Amino acid sequence: MSLRSPLAHARGLGSAKEGIHHWWSQRLTALALIPLGLWFIYSLVVMTGANYTTVIAWLANPLNAVLMLLFIISLYYHAALGLQVVIEDYTKSEWQKIAFLILVKFIALLAGFSAAIAVLKLYLGL
Amino acid sequence: MESVKRPLSPHLQVYKPQLTSILSITHRGTGVFLSLGALLLTCWLVGLNAGEEVFNSLQLHTSTWYGKISLSAFVFSFYFHFTNGVRHLFWDAGKGLEIKTVYVTGYTCIAMSIVLSVITLYFGGAI
Repeated sequence: MSLRSPLAHARGLGSAKEGIHHWWSQRLTALALIPLGLWFIYSLVVMTGANYTTVIAWLANPLNAVLMLLFIISLYYHAALGLQVVIEDYTKSEWQKIAFLILVKFIALLAGFSAAIAVLKLYLGL
Repeated sequence: MESVKRPLSPHLQVYKPQLTSILSITHRGTGVFLSLGALLLTCWLVGLNAGEEVFNSLQLHTSTWYGKISLSAFVFSFYFHFTNGVRHLFWDAGKGLEIKTVYVTGYTCIAMSIVLSVITLYFGGAI
């Protein structure tokens, strides 16, 4: 007879709420990307053919800088979560899966932070 | 550890392509493609930071034939993933799951993606 409680037995064996967190984050970022994505496409159209000075002035506007930062964060988070599912579905072996998952997360963080810092630097005029 | 020999799903090639399955895989495909677009956004912002010369040399690519084709593909992928994503959010809320509705919304997503892409590219000067 084990003196461990049923909860102690179950802990670490189930989903550990990981699934719902991933699912929920994916939906939450999707929701955020509805207005942010439309704003981004609108900005791209407005900025067509804009020169360097115009783009710099555009990013110096706090509203544009904030929306751009939020867009970058939501976009890379959403992309990393989405690519994670694709990798989990199609990779054949466990090591391949882990390698690709780590790669995607590293690239998302690297590219996301690079974009965010670029926006901040331009906004602050550094 | 030996993998368990579980029964396999019927092979895809013996399945007749259906709107539902085609849109499902297109949602994935456009999602992966848009992730590459995110990397281009980073390049563009980092290029902007590197100064006017780098920025101008990056901008030159957007008016070339390959630049226009890529931008058009990204815009269409965006609108498809966007409209179909909204469709998915409604499904998650338990709405629009009847077969007839699924088909109607599916065709609506395709139509909206095409129309919105044409409008965007027209105003963006790509077409």
